[in-house]
Amino acid sequence: MSNDEPTRPDLELQHSAQRPDALPDADLVHTPPEFAVSEEDVHVSEGEFIVGTSLWRDAWRRLLKNKLAVFGLIVTILIIIAAIIGPPIIKATTGYTYDYIPNNADLIKSIPPFRSADGSFSWAHPMGTDNSGRDLLARVLLGGRISLMVGIISTLVSLLIGVSYGAVAGYLGGRIDSLMMRFVDVLYSLPYIILVIVLLAMFRSNTPTGQLVLLFIALGSVSWLTMARIVRGQILSLKNQEFVLAAQATGVSTPRIIFRHLVPNAIGPVIVYATLTIPSVMLSEAFLSFLGLGVQPPLASWGSLAADGIQNLGIFPWQLIFPGVVMALALFSLNFLGDGLRDALDPQMRR
Amino acid sequence: MNGRNGNLLEVRDLRTYFHSEDGTVKAVDGITFTLKRGETLGIVGESGSGKSVANLSIIRLIPAPPGEIVSGEIIFDGQDLLRIPEAAVRKIRGSRIAMIFQDPMTSLNPFMKISRQLMEVTQLHLGHSKAEAYEHAVKMLETVGIPDARARVDSYPHEFSGGMRQRVMIAMALSCQPELLIADEPTTALDVTIQAQILELIKTLKQTTGASVILITHDLGIVAGMTDHLIVMYAGKVFEQAPTTELFARPGNPYTKGLLRSVPDPTHEQGKLYQIPGLPPDLARLPAGCPFAARCDRVQEICRREFPPFVQLSSEHYSLCHFAKEVYDESAT
Repeated sequence: MSNDEPTRPDLELQHSAQRPDALPDADLVHTPPEFAVSEEDVHVSEGEFIVGTSLWRDAWRRLLKNKLAVFGLIVTILIIIAAIIGPPIIKATTGYTYDYIPNNADLIKSIPPFRSADGSFSWAHPMGTDNSGRDLLARVLLGGRISLMVGIISTLVSLLIGVSYGAVAGYLGGRIDSLMMRFVDVLYSLPYIILVIVLLAMFRSNTPTGQLVLLFIALGSVSWLTMARIVRGQILSLKNQEFVLAAQATGVSTPRIIFRHLVPNAIGPVIVYATLTIPSVMLSEAFLSFLGLGVQPPLASWGSLAADGIQNLGIFPWQLIFPGVVMALALFSLNFLGDGLRDALDPQMRR
Repeated sequence: MNGRNGNLLEVRDLRTYFHSEDGTVKAVDGITFTLKRGETLGIVGESGSGKSVANLSIIRLIPAPPGEIVSGEIIFDGQDLLRIPEAAVRKIRGSRIAMIFQDPMTSLNPFMKISRQLMEVTQLHLGHSKAEAYEHAVKMLETVGIPDARARVDSYPHEFSGGMRQRVMIAMALSCQPELLIADEPTTALDVTIQAQILELIKTLKQTTGASVILITHDLGIVAGMTDHLIVMYAGKVFEQAPTTELFARPGNPYTKGLLRSVPDPTHEQGKLYQIPGLPPDLARLPAGCPFAARCDRVQEICRREFPPFVQLSSEHYSLCHFAKEVYDESAT
């Protein structure tokens, strides 16, 4: 294909002379019936391009203006880093791990923070130990790993199910949509925590890891409902836009239109809701572990640590205080971050 | 019937209805035309006259339900598009029949790079590898006159102006060298200086590729210099159909005459612009007689009672009017 009118660089001038505000008289505004275009009109100048700031850069700037969100972001990052590198550091410096029970722990006695077994000051256990003499800091950090893992993986599961389900329902519309969404409504009407308890009790696994996987699946499979609704709503408003028609007109297949063209356009609300799903899933996990249905010993999560701690609240309060405070801090931060992201990605909603 | 007789597209008695709660909307009600290879057909009409629906019907993109192509034949290069499976139509879309839409601000996906949107078409239809498709995308952008195409190809649509985006749309439409290009009001959303550039671009590319073009517009000024044949649509019906020069010189339908009078003439100082009185009728509740009767300046008793005949005025000139011959004769003088 050859264009016999090559682009010429000298059109900067031409263009500026033709800007609407430079038009001296009205009759040029009408397209005359004897439609004639001079050759020069075919070219464009560089000035026609807009240098845009991307949506993400804008959102990032708005996020940084929100002090609570920045606080949430920093604390979240710190907690994640601590959960990842904390346990190996403790092991290297003091030799303690989350399941290390010292030999002399024959008497059931929990050591308070910053004390050694004989009651003198010591750096060995900054958070004290639990009833079996295990280092509480190591266990809280491990609990953080597990809690965050449950939060993130279950959210990913809910993302996978919720986004595909909502997108398909929204795009196909009509009767299929009604049917799919009524199913969601039915699931919504069930008390989800009971559903999870039933799921966990039915498929009870014998190994701690098996139980953990079951927890991911159970929590993920009940937390996708809102995600499906959000995505469906987004797709409904997007699918009548012209770019979808344009994609159809170029012969793009339906699955490709849904997942390559539409879903990326709904990414903002999805990110926001996913960020808010993580703390809510973590809270559910804590609740389940508190009831003894979640993480099984010797593994620990913030919920199971709190459950252990509450039994000795009167005598060894640090067993509840440390996991509880850390968990609260993490949940606050994640929620602040999620709220901040929502404001940053959807500036209209703030007004 | 095949491509050898020179007809790329034959549409016969196409009817597309929309079923709504208020009754059936006959958006397109019996249009027939042929388009030869290399020719340009203009479809003119007011908003809601069915011109866009007619063209979406050609590539079978009418949302169903509520839409339905009730009857007709759309013979594209020998095969009836209404009677082949969806998968086969999808192969034709974008590769042999391509479309350009009205609003370039919304017809590009805001979340995809220009390069990816251009590459998608050729990867799909021409089996290009990623590298080939990328090179092709750059080449296409150069073809449509985007300066510094290689640097621009990885931009997002919001970094382009309206005119530039329409060029990208044209590049995308022409990527697979389609035999038929349907341009649905390609310049409506652009300002006048850009309009001229885009039309000239379509014209040039049409000449170099030999594609046939269907140009949909409500602006008679645009079709005059661009098209070989014209169809004037009103209320889902073809009101007049003729070679462009003849239709401009000698319209045979009161509606066409009204449209031609409504075009502002820059060489004359007009006190007041002419307008056709009234509004187009509700397509779900069409009157018994001529749908234009209520607005027509030469309406007679018969117009309100009987649906007008489709009168042949010359070898290729048809008009839907009880008084087509009279109007045609008056126009000659």
